[in-house]
Amino acid sequence: MQDIAWKVSVFPILFMIGVFFVIYAKSHIAATVDGQTQERTRRSLFIISIAMGIPLAFHTLAELPYAAADLRSGPVQVVEAVGRQWEWTLSRNSFRVGETVEFRVTSADVNHGFGIYDPSMRVVAQTQAMPDYVNTLRHKFQAPGKYTILCLEYCGLAHHAMSTEFEVLP
Amino acid sequence: MKAVSDNAKLPLDISARRGVLAYLVATVAIFVLMMIFGLLMRASQAQAFGLDTSLFYQIMTVHGIGTVGAAGLGGAMICWYFLRHYVELSTTVLVLNLVMFVTGVVLILGGAFLGDFAGGWNFLYPLPAMSQGAWSNAAAASFLLGLLLIGSGFLVFYLDMARAILGKYGNLGRALGWPQLFGTSDAPPPPAAVVAATVIFLMNIPGILVGATILVLNLVSLYAPEYRIDALMAKNMTYFFGHVFMNGTIYQCLIAVFEIMPRHTGRPWKINKWFLGGWTASGLMVILVYPQHLLMDFVMPEWMLIIGQVVSWIHGLPVLLISVFGTLANVHRSGIRWNMTSGLLFFAMLGWAAGVFPGVADATIIVNQVMHNTQWVPGHFHTYFLLSLVSMLFGFGYHLMMDMHGDKAALIDRVGFWLFTVGGFGFIMAFLAGGAAGIPRRYAVHLTEWLAYDRAGAIFAAMSVTAALVFMVRFLRNLNKGVST
Repeated sequence: MQDIAWKVSVFPILFMIGVFFVIYAKSHIAATVDGQTQERTRRSLFIISIAMGIPLAFHTLAELPYAAADLRSGPVQVVEAVGRQWEWTLSRNSFRVGETVEFRVTSADVNHGFGIYDPSMRVVAQTQAMPDYVNTLRHKFQAPGKYTILCLEYCGLAHHAMSTEFEVLP
Repeated sequence: MKAVSDNAKLPLDISARRGVLAYLVATVAIFVLMMIFGLLMRASQAQAFGLDTSLFYQIMTVHGIGTVGAAGLGGAMICWYFLRHYVELSTTVLVLNLVMFVTGVVLILGGAFLGDFAGGWNFLYPLPAMSQGAWSNAAAASFLLGLLLIGSGFLVFYLDMARAILGKYGNLGRALGWPQLFGTSDAPPPPAAVVAATVIFLMNIPGILVGATILVLNLVSLYAPEYRIDALMAKNMTYFFGHVFMNGTIYQCLIAVFEIMPRHTGRPWKINKWFLGGWTASGLMVILVYPQHLLMDFVMPEWMLIIGQVVSWIHGLPVLLISVFGTLANVHRSGIRWNMTSGLLFFAMLGWAAGVFPGVADATIIVNQVMHNTQWVPGHFHTYFLLSLVSMLFGFGYHLMMDMHGDKAALIDRVGFWLFTVGGFGFIMAFLAGGAAGIPRRYAVHLTEWLAYDRAGAIFAAMSVTAALVFMVRFLRNLNKGVST
């Protein structure tokens, strides 16, 4: 998902740099410009954006992480996860590949961010840890190894040191 | 009441011009200092030297609130300057806002650097009261009171704007150009600055009121901890205020593009139905879209989070198809007079266009789940604010302090332009790459494997800061000439 986000950002940015450069290159000499062609171009871009955006929106909204908590598809390993300045407490720290784990995440004090990093230190899932609320995050681990929880919501002077680890077994 | 079509320009008297000059000096000085703070943070993360973690987070807090405040001040300056040509705004209120702003800044700096307050610019409840002994309630209160004072100044400022616009145009619909948008009037629409300012005060007045409320609630809970605020409600209020206010800053700076680019291209800015409809739609969308900051709060009503994504996507359309497209159309084959002003404003629109894409990506829930609160987030908003808003501010500075006095750019200005543009792009790309690699934001200490991104970011930041210093020195050297009309 990170790779997709990178590509859908960087390529359009490069494209816009190209567009601006072309307009700059064609700006030095004044000439009459067909306003109607410009308006037709704008209208076309608008229609194309809507036509592409609607199915893409439905596609990205099809599997939201919030709905996962309501699904009862097979056994679920429930884990209580509590953040407090500046440590995480997990009721379990060992899981298995293919097991659906339901993290019930809360905070004992301030807002924290429950960020799950895989063995290669890529974020695989996250949710917020908030006092007086429980955010339910379901995740199925696909690969074995040592996973890390990093805090992803600024919570004070040891925010950067607030981490813990757990194991996912084959 | 004057006829709505009376769009004749009003002259700025000497006190108004001095007021605008004071805003320019304050805005630029604060921004340059905040950029230096930003460079210190990136350099510390890159292990060029090691800031004490408490100091790092104090600087982070001040950098965040300082850039927000300076953006607010600069945006208000640009909006006021151009709007004042069309409606009778109060110079007394202009000055009062600046006085309250500076007083608030003193309280904020005192709370942070004397009281060690490091609660982050967004003072997310209940962190200001829960520091584990790192700062006192008095330090937190100084920060919160300072921000409340600044917000109060801006509230009076936007209320005066509302008074002046409604006094001339009669009602909101006329000020927004709705008769022209819906085809019920053939009269000329209001000037771009009036339409924009109307949307801005409609957004900012409720935004500031909500911000002031959560600030007061935070202050109460500091000294009466038994008075507990619902943390989710506090988060909603904080991000509503923050989102609306920050969007307001860039919308105000955009007025400089509408008003100044035509002077260089010789083509008027088209106030057509796209423009009028786009501004009304943008104002509505800014209010609706703030849940984009809460996508990882799973306890939020799901429909609000879906609105956060969908409206974020839609919001890119007026940016790209009206503001950016309008700029490109205005410049295309125009025979434009390129100089520092037009160059910086043109680059600012490229920055704004560029910022749409990582922003839309991050506002997509399934992407946000792996990128929220990584460096992708500062990567996105620095694209909007460094490449676009700050560029607009510097462009306005060159317009006011050099173009209007007939000064020409020198080699040093052009060197500054390339340092700023290349440095700025490199800086934000380092953040975006870091976010894609999972580096968390707001970490004083980084892992060894993250250092390459930090070092790149620090080098490009140094280029941007150098450019900012060049710009500041170059156009403020005309301080004694004042602001021309």
